[in-house]
Amino acid sequence: MSDQHADLPKFCHPVSVKLLLTVFIALIGLTVLTVVTSAMGPSLGMPRDFAFPLAMSIATVKAFLVCAFFMHMWWDKGINIFAFLSSLFFVSLFIGFTLMDSSAYQNDINLFPRDAEVAPPAE
Amino acid sequence: MAVVDTHAAHHDDHHDHGEFIAHHFDSAEQQFDSGKLGIWVFLVTEVLFFSGLFVAYTLYRNHHPEIFEQAHVYLDKILGGLNTVVLLFSSLTMAMAVRSAQLAKNKNCANYILVTMVCAAVFLGVKAVEYSHKWDMGIFVRSGFHLLKEHTHPKTEIGIGLGISDYLVYISVIPAVLLVVFVVAAVLGKMNQKPNLSKLMVALAITVGGYFLGAVGGQIYQNTQKDEGGHAASQPVLLHAMTVTDDQHPAAADDHNQAAATPAPGSEQAGGTEHADKMGGHHPKEKLDRDVGIFFSIYYCMTGLHAIHIFGGIVALAWIYWRSVLGHWRHDYFGPVDYVGLYWHLVDLIWIFLFPLLYLID
Repeated sequence: MSDQHADLPKFCHPVSVKLLLTVFIALIGLTVLTVVTSAMGPSLGMPRDFAFPLAMSIATVKAFLVCAFFMHMWWDKGINIFAFLSSLFFVSLFIGFTLMDSSAYQNDINLFPRDAEVAPPAE
Repeated sequence: MAVVDTHAAHHDDHHDHGEFIAHHFDSAEQQFDSGKLGIWVFLVTEVLFFSGLFVAYTLYRNHHPEIFEQAHVYLDKILGGLNTVVLLFSSLTMAMAVRSAQLAKNKNCANYILVTMVCAAVFLGVKAVEYSHKWDMGIFVRSGFHLLKEHTHPKTEIGIGLGISDYLVYISVIPAVLLVVFVVAAVLGKMNQKPNLSKLMVALAITVGGYFLGAVGGQIYQNTQKDEGGHAASQPVLLHAMTVTDDQHPAAADDHNQAAATPAPGSEQAGGTEHADKMGGHHPKEKLDRDVGIFFSIYYCMTGLHAIHIFGGIVALAWIYWRSVLGHWRHDYFGPVDYVGLYWHLVDLIWIFLFPLLYLID
């Protein structure tokens, strides 16, 4: 991306201004897109269930752009990329297992009467 | 004596040790790589730190989607979007600062860092407006949540007539004091022939100015919203919708209250009534209002922790600014700029996810 600096040490890797600006414009574009689809999605006939995955996909693309180019991950060492991506793996385990477990006591909770059954509204 | 000798021998040993290359490293590259791995590991811990809150968010949204759909209308997409753009721009200037440091352009680096700090402060200013507006409406964490339906105008005993929330005035006391301190320090630095110190203080004063820029801009926007009645007028409709939802899905809205000490079946009716009263059982509207408070507990934790990171980022950036003014960066020594940059981008990264999760719920 920046071969014009041939005299720099190997680990010094300036990213070209053009690429940084391109990434920034893409990020702004994606931000506008996610706001617009969230505000106008239903009126454009977008299915309700589609809104959340869409917003998260856009956020993930933005995260990729920031990681890859602003954070230089594209040119980074494998060990650094591995370290960072491993955290995402553990987060997915954390969320996944908690979700799987979160209804475990629902049967016990259901044994208790609801507010309405205990105390009917005194009209 | 022996130590000094070793040190001297070390330097005679054909090592090209620059000014800032610690002598336990073989080379500038080794030092840079070690620091870089270190900062990545730190970012991993940061991700895991925030992930606890993301788990809380995911669980509550999964179990009580209706609360999230009703609560998010109190968040302003325009202000949130503005803050997103401000943070993205600060990320750009941060990346430019790293590039400048790599090319040993210390002056450019300092300028880019300054812009980044100002953006960070603007973000906090807008956030202060958002928070104070919510507090005016009685929107706190769940235990203190009491949505004021009728009276949504800000208490303006201090900010008389300007529509400025007292809360915003209270929050702004700290930056106001800081502004005075930095300006005085800048003047003192100038008088005592300490131009670099003076430069840093001026930069910090400008940064605090960024906070007021964000706060004033956000407040002006907030006031136009009030004039059009956008936020306030939509509330009765919304509360009606809440009531209907509550009637239709009592189980969904109720079950997290049930875990808390509900009397066993067949217990005395009066006790049950008293309990239900305490829990707001007679007033489904109020109860769901407080359930909406759960969303805001999560909202305040997530955005609050994020704001603390922004503040920490400003402190770290100020350090980088100082060293840029001193002209420390060279082709083979720019690590600190890169590391702080990585941290700053992570803070941006977290906001990239927080924004759609909190502000853009359907």
